[in-house]
Amino acid sequence: MTSAVLNPRRYLMDDRRFVGVLFLAPALLYILLLVGLPFLLAIAFGFSDVTVGNTELNFIGFDNFAAVWGNDIFRQVFGNTVMFTLVSQVFILIFANILAIIFTQEFTGKWFARFIFILPWATPVSLAAIGWLWMLDTKYSPIDYLLLQTGFLGPNGVLSNSRNLYWLANPLLSQISVIFVQVWRMTPLATVILMAGLSSIPTDILDQAEVDGSRFMRTLLQIKLPLILPIMVIALLFSMITMFGDMTVVYVLTRGGPVDYTRIIGLYSFQIGIEGGNLAQGAAMALFAFPLLLALALLMLRVASRAEVR
Amino acid sequence: MALLVWILQNFWSLLILSFATLLGLRIAYRLRKYGATRAELSYILRRSPFYLVVLIFCFFAAAPFLIMFLHSFKTDGDLYRRPQPFIYRQDPTFEHLESLFTNTAYLDFIRNSVIVGVAVVIITLILALPAAYALARLTGRWGERAGILMFLVYLVPPTLLFIPVFRIVVMLGLKDSPLALIVVYPSFTVPFSMWLLQGFFKAVPPELEEAALVDGYNRVEAFLRVVLPLSLPGIISTIVFTFTLTLHEFIYALVFITNTSRRTLSVGVPTELILGDVYFWQPLLAAALIIAIPVGFAYNLFLDSLVQGFTMGAVKG
Repeated sequence: MTSAVLNPRRYLMDDRRFVGVLFLAPALLYILLLVGLPFLLAIAFGFSDVTVGNTELNFIGFDNFAAVWGNDIFRQVFGNTVMFTLVSQVFILIFANILAIIFTQEFTGKWFARFIFILPWATPVSLAAIGWLWMLDTKYSPIDYLLLQTGFLGPNGVLSNSRNLYWLANPLLSQISVIFVQVWRMTPLATVILMAGLSSIPTDILDQAEVDGSRFMRTLLQIKLPLILPIMVIALLFSMITMFGDMTVVYVLTRGGPVDYTRIIGLYSFQIGIEGGNLAQGAAMALFAFPLLLALALLMLRVASRAEVR
Repeated sequence: MALLVWILQNFWSLLILSFATLLGLRIAYRLRKYGATRAELSYILRRSPFYLVVLIFCFFAAAPFLIMFLHSFKTDGDLYRRPQPFIYRQDPTFEHLESLFTNTAYLDFIRNSVIVGVAVVIITLILALPAAYALARLTGRWGERAGILMFLVYLVPPTLLFIPVFRIVVMLGLKDSPLALIVVYPSFTVPFSMWLLQGFFKAVPPELEEAALVDGYNRVEAFLRVVLPLSLPGIISTIVFTFTLTLHEFIYALVFITNTSRRTLSVGVPTELILGDVYFWQPLLAAALIIAIPVGFAYNLFLDSLVQGFTMGAVKG
């Protein structure tokens, strides 16, 4: 340790705490600056009358929030967002569990199957949505064509008498389409997270179960699923956050239409705040979702950590 | 080219035929290896529902991509006037693919995306490598809290932040500049990379660093010369996923960049390749597919490593 006394710089570089702070500080500062500052600014915007043209921040209290909540369109938009997120999570969890169990087993052609099933997630969302925009086209939809050929559409069709279903123009079908595309693209992410959970189960537990004569379904329901519950919660959290914070799919597919049936908070806040130039109201709208999101995140973190202790 | 035309014209029969051949070969292989016994046959029979499920999922995942591929080469007459979406009634054409590269800003989009992606990867590595190491090894409770803070930051969605960030970007005069994206993207790539890298760093045996410290390296040198080289595979997969995150990002790119030739792929393709209400479907579908396939390959190649990093980060963190 004599050298440390002789060379203070060297001593510092050996100190765990000092190097730790030195290493962590730049990233933390960068993030705080880029997320913390805009976040505070978003709150400030929510209480002000700022627009694209007017840069001055005048405090106007809760007017924006009152105006936003008094807006019938916004209420529907809020409902849509919650509904889309919840409904798609149910399907995502079901499919992701099935797929994670499939892909943690060995089988012929696994590599290729995995490549295919990961494509929806790997493709940039907006480009994948372009593919679906074409699949659900009003006139040339290949899905409609299949339904037409099989007698579900067309004269005397079971679903409709016309030659097309107008996927993105019909209120209910457009909502189903948006949810479907979200499920389609988010399932791989949830699957990968669940796979991480399944592959981290200690093999001796599974071996023991096999020795004890536990069948596949029993092992699955009584050992695997409870053990990956915390990770399932994390998967759920991730995909909910991603969906809440995303407007890409609806932007490409419907721009919120028909009427407001597929408009969600992110998109509406973009349309009011950026396209409409009313930054303050746009920010207020986005803020409406935040307490909900935060409560959800904290709840899930609690569930996850409690399950881990057990 | 001739081969591609032939493939396109016989797309579905080729698809089914090649699948059937592979299946047949596989069954034949098993029967040869284990003998065509009753047990073996019943094994194959019991196994088939499993493959059927895989097949159904694969079909749903792949359907739009198959259609994208098939329709990218259709002539307008084939695509619009006599809608028969699954076969070619006229010869496939490459003119749409050519016009995508010559008449549109597609190459600009690719260039912009690469510039932004590479710059963001560099910034992310500079910030996240040491920070992840600090979280994994150097800091105790304090670092754990910082880690949770990072995780919470990841939960603040871009839909909440884009309006104030847009304001700042305009104020700094960065609107329409790729620099705006380069500065803002690390706000989500850094937390993500830290989470992932932390897992990889934890997988390096601490004894190796201790040995380096005994040999007279200090902490920083031990990190640079011992830990970094050992976690290279993890770092490479972090690079891949960081790059693709920037490729995926939509909202910031849509709001910050409004100049056609400055746009990136995720926004450029769905907004600029469309003229008003007129969709040029073949180039549009081709543009999407050309990006989807390589990214899909990269994901599949590095998926195991992602799962590993994620598990390490989650289990030991």
